[in-house]
Amino acid sequence: MSATTEKRRVTCIVCPSGCRINVEIEGGKIIEISGNQCKRGADYATTEVTQPMRVLTTTVRLENGRLLPVKTSHPIPKALLFDAIKELSGVVVKPPVKMGQVVYSNVAGTGVDVVATRSWD
Amino acid sequence: MVDVVIIGGGVVGCMIARELSRYQLKTVLLEKEDDVASGTSKANSAIVHAGYDPKPGTLKAKLNVRGNPLFDKICSELDVPFKRIGSLVVSLTEEEDRVLEELLERGKKNGVPGLKIINREELLKMEPNVNKKARAALYAPTAGIICPYELTIALAENACQNGVEIKLNSKVVGIKVVNNGELAVMTPTETIHTRYVINAAGLYADEISKMAGAEEYRITPRKGEYLLFDKRFGNIVNRIIFPTPSKISKGILVCPTVDGNFFIGPNSNDVTEKDDVAVTPEGIEEIIKGAQKLVPELPLNHVITSFAGLRAVSDTDDFIIGASKKVRGFINVGGIQSPGLSAAPAIAEMVLEILKEEGLSLKEKRDYNPERPRVYKFRQMNNEERRELIRKNPAYGRVICRCETVTEGEIIDAIRRPVGARSLDAVKRRTRAGMGRCQGGFCSPRVIEILSRELGISPLEITKCGCGSEILKGRTKEFIETGGVVDAK
Amino acid sequence: MQNRELVIIGGGPAGLSAAVEARRLGIEDVLVIDRESEPGGILKQCIHTGFGLHIFKEELTGPEYAERFIRKAEALGVEIMLDTMVIELTSDRRIVAVNGREGLVEIQAKAIILAMGCRERTRGAIKIPGFRPAGIFTAGTAQRFVNIEGYMPGCEIVILGSGDIGLIMARRLTLEGAKVRCVVEIMPYSNGLTRNIVQCLEDYSIPLLLKHTVVNIHGKKRVEGVTIAEVDDEMKPIMETAQFIPCDTLLLSVGLIPENELSRMAGIEIDDVTGGPVVNQRLETSVPGIFACGNVLHVHDLVDFVTQEAMEAARGVASYLADGGKKYDHIPVTAGEGLRYVLPQRINVEAMTGEKQNFFMRCARPMARARLYVESERGVIESRLLSHVKPSEMISIKLGRDELKGVKMLKFILQEEGDKIECND
Repeated sequence: MSATTEKRRVTCIVCPSGCRINVEIEGGKIIEISGNQCKRGADYATTEVTQPMRVLTTTVRLENGRLLPVKTSHPIPKALLFDAIKELSGVVVKPPVKMGQVVYSNVAGTGVDVVATRSWD
Repeated sequence: MVDVVIIGGGVVGCMIARELSRYQLKTVLLEKEDDVASGTSKANSAIVHAGYDPKPGTLKAKLNVRGNPLFDKICSELDVPFKRIGSLVVSLTEEEDRVLEELLERGKKNGVPGLKIINREELLKMEPNVNKKARAALYAPTAGIICPYELTIALAENACQNGVEIKLNSKVVGIKVVNNGELAVMTPTETIHTRYVINAAGLYADEISKMAGAEEYRITPRKGEYLLFDKRFGNIVNRIIFPTPSKISKGILVCPTVDGNFFIGPNSNDVTEKDDVAVTPEGIEEIIKGAQKLVPELPLNHVITSFAGLRAVSDTDDFIIGASKKVRGFINVGGIQSPGLSAAPAIAEMVLEILKEEGLSLKEKRDYNPERPRVYKFRQMNNEERRELIRKNPAYGRVICRCETVTEGEIIDAIRRPVGARSLDAVKRRTRAGMGRCQGGFCSPRVIEILSRELGISPLEITKCGCGSEILKGRTKEFIETGGVVDAK
Repeated sequence: MQNRELVIIGGGPAGLSAAVEARRLGIEDVLVIDRESEPGGILKQCIHTGFGLHIFKEELTGPEYAERFIRKAEALGVEIMLDTMVIELTSDRRIVAVNGREGLVEIQAKAIILAMGCRERTRGAIKIPGFRPAGIFTAGTAQRFVNIEGYMPGCEIVILGSGDIGLIMARRLTLEGAKVRCVVEIMPYSNGLTRNIVQCLEDYSIPLLLKHTVVNIHGKKRVEGVTIAEVDDEMKPIMETAQFIPCDTLLLSVGLIPENELSRMAGIEIDDVTGGPVVNQRLETSVPGIFACGNVLHVHDLVDFVTQEAMEAARGVASYLADGGKKYDHIPVTAGEGLRYVLPQRINVEAMTGEKQNFFMRCARPMARARLYVESERGVIESRLLSHVKPSEMISIKLGRDELKGVKMLKFILQEEGDKIECND
């Protein structure tokens, strides 16, 4: 079988070393990881090529016209960041609100909550 | 029907407007930009020259020397800072020594008081940071520094206070002779009938003259670039330091500003477009090199901004001031390049004389008030005055621009005064908010907020300097798409 | 005239951390003065994550990091005077501040901590030619417009400088629907943290053009585009490489400058390299009883280090209040080859506030592997191997009292190690 090999490069951000890691993928499977100096690098690279995850931080509107900074309580798939931000653009929160309070649930169908990152009286 | 229409809200137009506001006349000033002092008057060397430089017998020489001593009174009436710090033309070669002699002679012919040539020792004692290779200098004690836009704004405010109507965003698009003794001046929104038109349109004076069918001449824009330095180094020189002049300009100088900074520049290059105020890398290099000849140790890491201005250079090599022989009631005040600022008060006097000769009768107003109401400047007050002011109005206790210590009260004043500020730059020119070392980084969001509140318009409509220069492009997403209110649980 | 024990000028992360630590150390009367209407400083607009990994061992956003400290400060009885700007500071620790409620507030303090932070370098400071239209913002100003005010500074954006705020704003503006055309950096390496390069630029395919700069700004009323060009090794633009990039906005992320106007007013000695005060082992400036920490002292890349430094300044104040401002001799601490600066610039080993002394430094250029040497008049007293040093990432090391005992001077040197590690790039 002549499966095409895909080569991906990932800059590791686990530590300040910033290793440039090469990942070879064949038929959707990782066949080789090189350039990393530690196992954490390999894990990071694996996630990055399979399903990269990011914490989304943005703002939503408060009923008083001001902005409330928010974040997803956990990382969500990078591919869904724009969907999430679009969904959140319609959210208007009524104060008071406490830091850490959930202001939106299951953003972009990820099952992840969006929480306030500051309090507002 | 009005008596006089002045075209152009630069220092010359506003000086004439104020002069006319003494009399029982209906005067209108038209300015194409959103604020007065938006052209040559906002970016120049800010110097009231002594008057030794222009060729004897020219209008430049006569009006400069006549204008210079008038500044003390005008500035005190208008509450505008003016400092008669004196100027020095520095000679670096034997040949330049001879130029100093020539300038001294010329100055004497022009009637400049107090001129003298000082030797190297005297010079270095007065100005320790000047090039040690300097040989001598021409000292002119009557030269002074002023803020040209502050003066222009003050003149406009005072003129307005005394009944002159100042119309901003009013570009003149046509001038017609309606019948003998009546002219029609057209802007995109209205036509004003008047007996006299004064063309003080600066760089565009040639186009206005042509539009009216009056004498034809050409105004060439000649660019001068500048670098402005942090206040910490404001006392690098105590006086205005000139090199010996060339044929086309007074050269690249090192000069303190009335606000405590200092600048270097300008160079002098003819350009083709009348709005080409772009700063060029070559220009910056040129002025640094030029200024270093006078003051070798410049704190180049403490430049806070660069800018360029355009001189309105006429093809006659002198100011063009006079009633048109072709169009009755049309008076040209064109080609007002350096020493135009210094000459401005005398130009206004001269224009008044011309108007009289042309048949305008000048009856003094009983209630003319030459004094502009005081402008509060928190940064210049002592603590007692500050305490008193804040007690009257807490807005003077809220500092908005931290670099220049400008308070909310001062910004509100700038907006509410006659010929009030409508844009960020207009606030900056009136209060210095955003003029300091951070260049508005911290205060511009606050100033936009205050402008928007005071003017009752959206922050999206606030401009830097008039239509087309809106600062913000839109709202963030949450204000564009709206859904229902989510109750925070 | 009020008499106060400790006045902290600035209620950002440095000021709040110092206040909290000062109260913990038993200083009764702690007043924080801040010019904004809420404490927290610039963290309020830094809604992204990346704060607190060292201090809280978790990744917080700026507002969360600030709120934690605000709560602590409130719980510990720190007084915070808001909407108040300090306009005068003297060398005998007198303060004049102004606000709309009380007018002028005059305070005599026993000790003062300077925590005013920094400002952004502007277009003028880097002398970019061209017109001066609307649409040129420093990255931090743009951040305030977007995250606090809810306004977009532009739609098509070029960012000059790869400082962290610029990178963060590249992502933020992209998520808000703007098009970030590129980030241009005059240096041959980026000035931001690696993770910001990855998560703010690479994630969104925003090109980072190293060894490039903006050579012209076009547009008379509003920015219409910029010309960028590659630079040579002397950082002079190579005009043959010039290209026009249409955009309506130019963001500047070209460095931060400590705000030391008040320090200068008080006659405090300023270090030309750091732009902040010269300090000793307890972060006391050249004026006795006035201390400094955070970005007013030197520009930090991580807020966690600001907090650590602020805590050290608070300990310094405690020791100053305890010893009644006793005079100490200092030995000089200097930066040698490979380093731009080392803080503190002078120390007294006997008067150290703890068993270990923290030294903060920045390298002059990136090195994959480098050895840090600490020299005294007797020669090298300590050496450490460091990997992946970058000018954008501060180096911090601790030296023990024993190591430092009796030395007459300290000099720090950073040398690239010859045996470079395998780097597949």
